[in-house]
Amino acid sequence: MNTSGTPVSDTPMSGTPMIQMAGVSKTFNRTIHAVRDVDLDVAEGEVVVIVGPSGSGKSTVLRCINLLEVPTTGTVVVDGHTLTNAGTDLDRVRAEVGMVFQQFNLFPHLTVMENITLAQRKVRGRSRAEAQEMGMRQLTRVGIPDKADAFPRQLSGGQQQRVAIARSLAMEPKVMLFDEPTSALDPEMVKEVLDVMLELAGEGMTMVVVTHEMGFAKAAADRLVFIDEGEIVETGLPEEVFSNPSHDRTRAFFAKILY
Amino acid sequence: MSEFRSSRDGRITDERPWWDTFPWWSLIIVGLLAWMGWQIIVSDDYGLAWERIIPGLGLTLRSTIYAFGIALAIALIAGTGQMSRNVIIRNLARTYVEFVRGIPMLPLIFTVALILVPELTNLANTRLDAWFGWEFKLSFEMRATVTLAVIYGAYMAEIFRGGIQSIPPGQIEAGRSLGLNRRQTMRSVVLPQAMRAIIPPMGNDFIAILKDTSLLSVLGALEITQRARQFSASTFKFREGYFVSAFIYLVLTLSLSVLLGVLERRMSRDRKGER
Repeated sequence: MNTSGTPVSDTPMSGTPMIQMAGVSKTFNRTIHAVRDVDLDVAEGEVVVIVGPSGSGKSTVLRCINLLEVPTTGTVVVDGHTLTNAGTDLDRVRAEVGMVFQQFNLFPHLTVMENITLAQRKVRGRSRAEAQEMGMRQLTRVGIPDKADAFPRQLSGGQQQRVAIARSLAMEPKVMLFDEPTSALDPEMVKEVLDVMLELAGEGMTMVVVTHEMGFAKAAADRLVFIDEGEIVETGLPEEVFSNPSHDRTRAFFAKILY
Repeated sequence: MSEFRSSRDGRITDERPWWDTFPWWSLIIVGLLAWMGWQIIVSDDYGLAWERIIPGLGLTLRSTIYAFGIALAIALIAGTGQMSRNVIIRNLARTYVEFVRGIPMLPLIFTVALILVPELTNLANTRLDAWFGWEFKLSFEMRATVTLAVIYGAYMAEIFRGGIQSIPPGQIEAGRSLGLNRRQTMRSVVLPQAMRAIIPPMGNDFIAILKDTSLLSVLGALEITQRARQFSASTFKFREGYFVSAFIYLVLTLSLSVLLGVLERRMSRDRKGER
């Protein structure tokens, strides 16, 4: 983080935030306000969990962080790079921001190892051997080193999602974004994916996670953000927001879900 | 018809008997072809027709391959051009595709081969002549082949576009979020997957071009159909002339579809990821 001569801070929660979103709004077709005036800072090493009803815009907020969704107004700064400036090299910043999708989005025509080495070689310029070594390390980390030569469709959903995580981690990102990573999984496979994410959180990875898994939020989140109708309604420590929500909309949401 | 039957021993089955699923059509076609081949060997009239028509095979195959090759190049440009972010390129590509697809092939062949190509070559040649004292000529056969390519380029452009657009947006998002740029994502993620959707209809268009080379006869190109016409007109043996040309086309197109079927089966096996 401290490559530009800024003072070294020894606590992860201080200093310049890794992600700064200021006044971010996203309007589709000039009429649908998916995100309204969102301000969100995420410190280095912080784990932020975003929850909210379906259609509340929480995925759109996440996708604005790496500009998969271009905000209509507002600024997004990641690791000191202002992504909402027209001149910013988005590809370079995106290489530092891993993203895990609900539908895994593995490349079906490539083997697991080829999935993991593609961007390492094309973007990071690593040799095949280097990329494969890193790939093997990440596959071991997510617990499926034996699947390197398999094709995605030969794997279970949980295994595919773990490969997707390994694929992102192999780029050695500074931030990891998770967009409902367990929502498309069969129930018995949710835990294997959450375990990997918990471990990652424990290692100090900066993470922003959109999820319905309140158990994960309780166990890993430094901060819980509740979004409804495109706005941040409430934010705080997970325990506080769960047990004592200060806003009616938050209370109504938690009253409806089981956890 | 009922969806299941009761067999003689009283059991109910939804399996269809062998004679219901057997490809009788292939037997009929093979029988017809065998009969035709036999006629060519034993009958003097059919034999003569064969001798006079088969020299056109070379031109038919040559123009098919050239036309397909040129059309492929045009289609790649026009197909991806339609998805370009540049508003001019996008609209030019779309204009070409819509224009060509909306006009029947025969008038297009006359227009391109007799008006467009001569005008363009004249235009080019006045310059080339002035600058280099040299001009190039396109034979009627080549003009006709270029015409076919221009027409099929538009059809095949749509195949490219459809193939590329059949790839789920999540694939592109995954590529871009890993830091791959637009081009890299296209080349390493989208195109390899799109090829699976593109190759089978491209094969069909190859066969369609082969058949449509028969239209070049209207320009006097001495391919199979033109030779059949000349033979029939000069001998009054219309049946022999056109049966033999149909026989040659059928042998070509059927063998090509068998090849294409093998290719498709091989590709669908890869898709399952079996090694």
